Amino acid sequence: MSADDNLMIANVSRRRFLMGLAGGSALVLAARWDVALGGNEKAQFGAGAMPGGWVDDPNVFIHIDADGLVTIVNNRSEMGQGIRTSLVMVGADELGADWDRVRVEQAEGDHSKYGNQNTDGSRSMRHWYQPMRRAAAAARQMLEQAAANEWGVPISEVQAGVHTIVHRSSGKELGFGELAAKARELEVPGRHALVLKRDDELRFVGKETGLINGELKSAYPKAIDGEDIVTGKAIYGADVPFDNLLYAVIARPPVYGATVANFDDAEALKVPGVEKVLKVEGTGQPAGFSPLGGIAVVATNTWAAMEGRKALKIDWDLEAAGDNASYTSSAYRESLEKAAQQPGKVVRQHGDLDASLESAAKRVSATYYMPHMAQAPMEPPVATVRIKDGKAEVWAPVQNPQATRDTVAGRLGLDAENVTVHVTLLGGGFGRKSKPDFAIEAASIAEAFQGRPIRLQWSREDDIHHAYFHAVSVDYLEAGLDDNGQATGWLHRTLSPSIGSLFAPDPKHKGEFELGMGFNTMPFSVPALRLENPPAPAHVRIGWFRSVYNLPHAWAIQSFAHEMAVAAGKDHRDYVLDLLGPDREIHNLTVGDGWNYGEDPDLYPIDIGRMRTVIERATSEAGWGKSPGKNRGLGLAFHHSFVSYTAIVFDVEVDDQGELTIHRADIAFDCGPQANPERIRSQLEGAIVMGIGIALQSEVTFEDGVAQQGNFDKFLIPRMPDAPKMLRVHLVDNPDEAMGGVGEPGLPPVAPALCNAIYAATGKRIRRLPVGDQLKG
Amino acid sequence: MATLTINGERYELDVPDNMPLLWVIRDVVGLKGTKFGCGMSQCGACTVHLNGTAIRSCVTPVSAASGEITTIEAMADDPVGSKVQQAWLDLGVAQCGYCQGGQIMNATALLKKTPNPETGEIVDAMAGNLCRCGTYNRILAAIERASGQEGEA
Repeated sequence: MSADDNLMIANVSRRRFLMGLAGGSALVLAARWDVALGGNEKAQFGAGAMPGGWVDDPNVFIHIDADGLVTIVNNRSEMGQGIRTSLVMVGADELGADWDRVRVEQAEGDHSKYGNQNTDGSRSMRHWYQPMRRAAAAARQMLEQAAANEWGVPISEVQAGVHTIVHRSSGKELGFGELAAKARELEVPGRHALVLKRDDELRFVGKETGLINGELKSAYPKAIDGEDIVTGKAIYGADVPFDNLLYAVIARPPVYGATVANFDDAEALKVPGVEKVLKVEGTGQPAGFSPLGGIAVVATNTWAAMEGRKALKIDWDLEAAGDNASYTSSAYRESLEKAAQQPGKVVRQHGDLDASLESAAKRVSATYYMPHMAQAPMEPPVATVRIKDGKAEVWAPVQNPQATRDTVAGRLGLDAENVTVHVTLLGGGFGRKSKPDFAIEAASIAEAFQGRPIRLQWSREDDIHHAYFHAVSVDYLEAGLDDNGQATGWLHRTLSPSIGSLFAPDPKHKGEFELGMGFNTMPFSVPALRLENPPAPAHVRIGWFRSVYNLPHAWAIQSFAHEMAVAAGKDHRDYVLDLLGPDREIHNLTVGDGWNYGEDPDLYPIDIGRMRTVIERATSEAGWGKSPGKNRGLGLAFHHSFVSYTAIVFDVEVDDQGELTIHRADIAFDCGPQANPERIRSQLEGAIVMGIGIALQSEVTFEDGVAQQGNFDKFLIPRMPDAPKMLRVHLVDNPDEAMGGVGEPGLPPVAPALCNAIYAATGKRIRRLPVGDQLKG
Repeated sequence: MATLTINGERYELDVPDNMPLLWVIRDVVGLKGTKFGCGMSQCGACTVHLNGTAIRSCVTPVSAASGEITTIEAMADDPVGSKVQQAWLDLGVAQCGYCQGGQIMNATALLKKTPNPETGEIVDAMAGNLCRCGTYNRILAAIERASGQEGEA
């Protein structure tokens, strides 16, 4: 998501009237989607609906020099998902390039030239696979035409080999480099004239390579940045070399919305290396991407700046923060739990829920809690800005370079054309670096040092204290079961502060894109159902964290489905397969979701058959049904998100002291076509490990508006001993479906599956995350 | 004034005694492969070798760094380090890669001391190095590969 998605929030009202109207065929639904957009406006989905849309011009993305070196421009930010390798590989494959003679160039932030670059929402490959294929096919056809011209033969007689064009009958060959100059002069073929390679002509796309479930199957076409990473040469945000660089840190208000009342910099200025202390203006609430304000210390090295900051004396005006200054997590949780007992805004309903609950043979209810978390990428936010002659240059690890450009320009009062954003490698993102606040901060400081580069470094404490926090959440569920344990009614109330509070007066309710992350899109088939969203105010900056609101929704729904199975005395897998109902496609509008991750619901309905398949795969691979042994248990969860399907089974042991061992995790995943299976596997492996942290360890709490954790001694994330002893990824091959997301959908079912496994091993139900020491004593 | 030997080169540097080695290496000497992650010895991104032992440069005052300092930039020329790097590449360990220099430094120090570590020894030795991308299973497999003990992970 991005600032642009704020527009989506604004769009909710005009889409809202559709709720309850939808039903029937896909065609009818598509027509209604058009109506929702008003008049003749054609519904836009996928890359076409994103700011900047897509671009497939080979002259933008592909350069070939006279020596045959192929340069492919990557317009998406690399944050560990492997897009610099995978997307470039897609282009190289379609082009017919020799992988050893391909290099990548990272695009500057410029939507008008490169199309949408906002690297989040698990959409890089899903939105750019086809445009990159087309750009590369066009370039290849231009090379083919150039060769045909050279030989004076029809283009039908030539074809691309590997880095060459071949004349089939004579066997004559010309290299890409020899043809590049002539090809460049040719007209770019139109889209209708492009012929993409057949699947059997592709050498990289869709091929399983590398490490597969612990075994090295085959060499992996070398990762673009692999060697630079292992030799320490890769350039992240703080690694760009400059002459004359100054380093800055900022002391920010301890409470969201507080301001500087006054400050004394006398001691700070005495620290050797400190050059200047200056105030950075905040913009109040809602903060959006703007700086929080504070006092910057600028020095000749990072450490001197940090030492100088320690020596500052600052009086904060906490009154400016309003009731944020009394925000305390334990009290807030109690208030949400109380609110969860009251009816809330109805988001989706059918059947007579109250009657079905009244008449149920058995009623099950539970309340689940997930705390705030910080994304905490290993590379804390950092940005370098140099302003000279009315132009600004930014070097930063940002997920959204165009938003960085626009917001820096806005802060400096420049036209965006006068701001250049160079995107470095990101040392992790996870949603944190979608917000360019740190680049704006750096720009604010650089204004006072015309011509001189200023690097703003965040410490880990800065990163955790001033995160854009994953929303804290309370979810209350209640179900009625009949004599056979079958669900007759389902009530779900979800409460979380909204990301909408970051950009506008606090809506206190989840927006459409937040509800659409697994809440109103809940796939179970129940005769009576009501989904409600009572209010929950925000007191800190709320922001997207990998997989966002799917986390609490999957955590609550998947835990509760297990509780229902237990109450019904049924096997968990059998029970949820029954609860899902028959294989069918659920169109998003029929469940009140006008968002669907920005994708066309005709192409991307919620497919129960695909959900069932990943559940069956994960459970069978995990040996579901076998007796796991003493103190041991298997736990299942599954979830649909980012238009992909995930199921996971954990095999855990909890000893008599409450010590947890994760013996094995089996994750089954269906994202439709797989561009680079190797990186899909690595994303899912990583999601499992991160999800284990969400389940067991990670939490940021507040006392009087101040974050109580500031570093990895208290904000805990998984370490090697916490990883599963064995980790198995099972990719479901589904090449004929539309391509789904990869980076995020692995994460949501991890925590509930692990807690369900803990229940199976111990009989202890976890309803409050993180597990922490709940298993001890 | 500090005199340091980093990757075999001698540096005379005008820095305060208590300045952490990390910032001397990064901001003063200009070697950027050693990363800042936490500043309090919690994450291992800043791991370098001091006389062959893995240390956290973010909490090591430059005055305590007497001896041979080795950073990730020198691992390609180190017989054990280069083996570890190759295993990392073979298994596609890195995701974002930010922590991996520190992971490789820690793994190399382990294998120099214990050429054939048991799985449990590897896990214990690597517990101080965080990876937010969650590449631990591949790191473990790569260390086993580098030590000639290809295993399951």
